[in-house]
Amino acid sequence: MIGADAIIKCLEAEGVEVVFGYPGVAICPFYNSILESDIRTILIRTEQNAAHAASGLARVTGRPGVCAVTSGPGATNVITGIATAFADSIPLICITGQVNSELLGSDVFQEADITGAVESFVKYSYLVKNVNDIPRVFKEAFHIANTGRKGPVLIDVPIDIQNAVINKFKYPEEINMRTYKPTVKGHAVQIKKVIRELEKAQRPIICAGGGVLLSEAQENLRAFAEKYQIPVVSTMMGIGVMPSEHPMYFGMVGNNGRPCANRAMNESDLLIMVGARVADRAVSQPDLITQNKVLVHIDVDPAEIGKNAGPTIPLVGDARHIFEDFAKEEIECNHDAWVETLREYRTTMERKRKPDPAFVDPAKFIDELSRKMQDDAIYVADVGQNQIWSCTYHIVKQGKFFTSGGMGTMGYSIPAAMGAKVAAPDRQVVAVCGDGSFQMSMMELATMRQHNIPVKIIVLKNNYLGMVREYQHYTYKDNYSVVDLSGSPDLEMIAAAYGMKFQRVHNMDHASEEIDAFLANDESVLMECIIDPMDLVK
Amino acid sequence: MVRKRIYSVLVENRSGVLCKVAGLFSRRCFNIDSLAVGETDDPEVSCMTIVSSGDERTIEQIEKQLNKKLDVIKVKTFNESQSISRELMLVKIKYNKNNRREIMEICEIMNAQIVDMSKHFMMIQICDTPERTKLLLNMFQSISIVEVARTGTLALMKCMENDD
Repeated sequence: MIGADAIIKCLEAEGVEVVFGYPGVAICPFYNSILESDIRTILIRTEQNAAHAASGLARVTGRPGVCAVTSGPGATNVITGIATAFADSIPLICITGQVNSELLGSDVFQEADITGAVESFVKYSYLVKNVNDIPRVFKEAFHIANTGRKGPVLIDVPIDIQNAVINKFKYPEEINMRTYKPTVKGHAVQIKKVIRELEKAQRPIICAGGGVLLSEAQENLRAFAEKYQIPVVSTMMGIGVMPSEHPMYFGMVGNNGRPCANRAMNESDLLIMVGARVADRAVSQPDLITQNKVLVHIDVDPAEIGKNAGPTIPLVGDARHIFEDFAKEEIECNHDAWVETLREYRTTMERKRKPDPAFVDPAKFIDELSRKMQDDAIYVADVGQNQIWSCTYHIVKQGKFFTSGGMGTMGYSIPAAMGAKVAAPDRQVVAVCGDGSFQMSMMELATMRQHNIPVKIIVLKNNYLGMVREYQHYTYKDNYSVVDLSGSPDLEMIAAAYGMKFQRVHNMDHASEEIDAFLANDESVLMECIIDPMDLVK
Repeated sequence: MVRKRIYSVLVENRSGVLCKVAGLFSRRCFNIDSLAVGETDDPEVSCMTIVSSGDERTIEQIEKQLNKKLDVIKVKTFNESQSISRELMLVKIKYNKNNRREIMEICEIMNAQIVDMSKHFMMIQICDTPERTKLLLNMFQSISIVEVARTGTLALMKCMENDD
């Protein structure tokens, strides 16, 4: 057995079913060995998207997604995907081929110091220099990626190590790392403090972040909020913790959030932040949120607590464990008046839009689309105006909502939707992007066709990089610079070139029927919606 | 308020770890006033002594971010009054017969040693607190300094009865 065979054995032992990647000489031993395995390989069209696809898969399965690329440019291309996963705490295992270990450091063909380059975007990285380390390294890597605060782990394997004979393969059963023991269980004293604050509070609110979904605590959080009538808002990454139309849910907070959600958070006297970083997009002035309220900050990563806002009660632990502990307590409280106030805000504070009837109105369109989507459908939003409209108007029922929240990586939606569809072939998966973000990933239409991954794609077309145009509208008084997307291809011809069904929607007149046709079968469809180029998210 | 803080960081003695720790400081805009690294009694473990400064939130973040690094085994943090700190410095100076006596007197007062000399140059060694090391350097400013090498601060927490 050689190192490459051992890597495959490790992946099998971890239950890996799919590897997204792009081969090159330095990873060829791996791609040769994988032929002997039942692990499915998917040839992505650019390495960045291998990481995004693995991210989409991980967000469905709750297990690390795996991608494998070659050395040098293959490895450097994947960095944006790794950084995107890191910013959103998505577990990934990224295997990179590397030049012969004896040539390391001599700048030979396709050598890049990838472990050095990704240091600030990975949870951990390995450069394997001894073939016998492979089982331990992979065991640790999967453990690190998917425990504590989840994140990407990169394993760089020189080609000679992949080809070296391994003495004895035994996949370790246990991990022995003296430096890594994440705290998942909340401290009992701190939990009691939170309960006491909840009993005192008149206007409590829970702000749920992506950490709730990563620890699969959404059911626990929902039950807790329902039992004690505690209103819930979410960050962008926390969308989906509560069904959008749940009576206790008041929407997304932040500078692009719902006015009633922001008002609810501002007026609360007890704010329980859970699995959220309190970053600038969700909370623009973190210092202020502690002024008139008690702030409880729950996070599995102790470094997040107090980084942006000093909490009154820090509580380190995994959201799942902590809400399980909360559920064991009996709390005396009544917030009926507060909930009533918030419901009034919800009905009276909606933003009024004045859409031009000559175009598709993204708000109405996304609302109608999501109502018609299957209950457990997966909606993947890209980055740009489409993301903000999606966050605001997509109705999550029992399904999932994915987007690149932390990094805001354009082009994320199509590869991530592919990864999600591979993980959940029976579920409806829809990617919604703009014409800018579509063109960043449209090469993946070939991957979808080749590997039969029937993702449905909606392109909100306005011939602009809309989000930047909107910024230039407000900041530079319509002095547009480098945001015009003229020269974009005819999407109907693109769809035909890739053998996809195509639909174009010009306005809302027949949108409903078009959506029905779009969702009708489990097949790839490219739908272009012509939207008002001057439309604004704010 | 900006305060000085010493971090005594036990790390896995592997290649790349120094780079990761130093990279963490630069990426998060934390200061490094000085950094000294050496193997401990356990050859698999190195001790990094990092002197940094910042406001209260920064000081806390440094400790938390260091603890997050998977190659970091343990972080101890303390201020100067809680620790014994030392720095080693070698200074090469150019002397002449007029200032030779003065230099020797300074060395005597400062408890520094002349460890090498030639017809026009001498090398002086001091191992003392960072403040006194700096003081000696200041004393030599008026004499012509040729080269200086300093280790950076080494520090350990003062001995306590319940020391582990």
